[in-house]
Amino acid sequence: MTHIQLEHLTKTYPNTPIPAVDNLSLQVNDGEFVSLLGPSGGGKTTTLRMLAGLIAPDRGTIRFDGQNVTDVAAQDRGVAMVFQNHALFPHMTVAENIAFGLKMRRVDKATRERRVAEMMQLVRLPQLATRRPSELSGGQQQRVALARSLVTNPTVLLLDEPLSSLDAHLRSEMRQLILTVQQELKITTVMVTHDQHDAVIMSDRIALMFDGKLQQIAAPQDFYSRPSNEKVARFFGGINFIPCEPLEADRLKSPFGVLRHRLRYLTMPYGTLTIRPEHVTLAQDLAAPAAENTVAATITNAAYEGAFARYWVQAADVTLELVRRVESDGMLAAGTAVEIHLPPEHLWVMAAGVG
Amino acid sequence: MPNAAWRWLVIGAVSLLLAAPFVAFALNAFAIRWFFPQVWPQVWSLTAWERLFRPSTDVWAALGNSLQIAVGVTFLSLIIGFPAGRVLGLYPFGGKRLVEVLIVLPTLIPPIAFSLGMSVQFIRWGLSGNLFGVMLAHLVPVLPYVVLTLIGVFANYNTDYEAAARSLGANGWAVWVYITLPLLWPGVMTAALFAFLISWSQYLLTFLIGQGQVITLPVLLFSAMTGNNLATIAALALIFVLPAALIVALTARGFQAAAAPLPMR
Repeated sequence: MTHIQLEHLTKTYPNTPIPAVDNLSLQVNDGEFVSLLGPSGGGKTTTLRMLAGLIAPDRGTIRFDGQNVTDVAAQDRGVAMVFQNHALFPHMTVAENIAFGLKMRRVDKATRERRVAEMMQLVRLPQLATRRPSELSGGQQQRVALARSLVTNPTVLLLDEPLSSLDAHLRSEMRQLILTVQQELKITTVMVTHDQHDAVIMSDRIALMFDGKLQQIAAPQDFYSRPSNEKVARFFGGINFIPCEPLEADRLKSPFGVLRHRLRYLTMPYGTLTIRPEHVTLAQDLAAPAAENTVAATITNAAYEGAFARYWVQAADVTLELVRRVESDGMLAAGTAVEIHLPPEHLWVMAAGVG
Repeated sequence: MPNAAWRWLVIGAVSLLLAAPFVAFALNAFAIRWFFPQVWPQVWSLTAWERLFRPSTDVWAALGNSLQIAVGVTFLSLIIGFPAGRVLGLYPFGGKRLVEVLIVLPTLIPPIAFSLGMSVQFIRWGLSGNLFGVMLAHLVPVLPYVVLTLIGVFANYNTDYEAAARSLGANGWAVWVYITLPLLWPGVMTAALFAFLISWSQYLLTFLIGQGQVITLPVLLFSAMTGNNLATIAALALIFVLPAALIVALTARGFQAAAAPLPMR
């Protein structure tokens, strides 16, 4: 159980113009599962390696439970790391791999054997103790890597793209296993991934990074409903972006005229309004007619997707995308004039571009 | 002819070509008065061997010197070559191409071109006429092969193994003993073999830097060749070839392992 605190962490590699990690500050709570998410080259793995003590930051501080561990060597940090591609020692058996951390701590042989057996049970590995890593399947290698990292009772677990080498079917199984083990041991966990899906399913919170900079750290659902800027929203599949200008109280100036919102306050800087396609409603589908936030529009394109239909509508030179249940009236044709409703409770205002 | 038959024919022909000189040596070493057009030696004898191993000859001393120099050069070249190979194989840096060209340079320049100048300089420094000076001189032709081999080894090496070991609590020494060395062992053996064999067969540099005071097997062989005793030359040649062949045979397994890539990139 460890609380991690990163303060102004910065790392620039030699011969590169911009920092790989740029003034990163974030906290991971006791037993929390946080994912570092972002496109490759975003500084996620560098951050993870700094947490592990494998790379020294140029500036900034790393604290575990308030204690400064920035200069503590990797072997003394008590942090377990599962590497991308596992990095199982090819010249050792499965049992020797798992026992390695204990051997380095001069744990006696009997205890080592008992712990290896415990670990193999924890990660649900069958009797493979005497096999070499090259004789194992990808999923089995992953389990050995996990067992090897956990055998020493580490305080922090770091996972570097743990699922990237697995096929879809194994992926969901390993996802579940990692979560089960993590919750069983209540170990503070930081996972690096470029896969939005994995991050959303597994994490308590996600830290989204672009170009070495933290964009937003929040619960997964917040990235859909409350993205911090347009780039974050786009990364999570946001589509509808409308330029806007806040007016007094709960009103916004937009190309559709004045719109009402339910946001208690707007944080600077702002300038883009967004709404998810499933929240844009046709006025004709409302139980009671809406008094506000309705705009006349024309359907420009329609796509049938089974239970749902996707429509592109044009209103005041802005194209919006909306998703609607396919009702008994069937599909609406392109060219149909409609009235759309933008529910105030689903409007979100954020920074234009990258904040 | 079927494919298999062709294959065996080619293998047989190549083997014959490679083995023929050694067969000739072996026959000559035990024959006396073997003249054309006799197909087979008429008189067998151990005279050449008796003469070579007489206590008054230099053969034992030369064998000892050759071994000492070759082993010393192997260790020196690995100590220099290992860090060089690691840096050049793993990390990009400015001017890397230039460094690589400079490393290959000694293989492009014939030893005669630099060994005279080197000899003069070594005399000034007091490195002439002793084993250590000869070892240093041997490093010139040896190092390119050792460094290039180790660059290749490290280019296929993933330092994540070391990072994993460190995060599991291994200190620098333990990482070296349990991870780095075992993983790179086949490649290191290959480099060591190159170093040993190149040093073992060095004549010119030994002769010039050794100033006639460091007698190795090749030096002895050259001086024997100015004589006219075929049996002695052949026996000496066998003594020269045998240890090298033995070492190659013993390390052949390592060679094969080195040819196979490491399991993880």
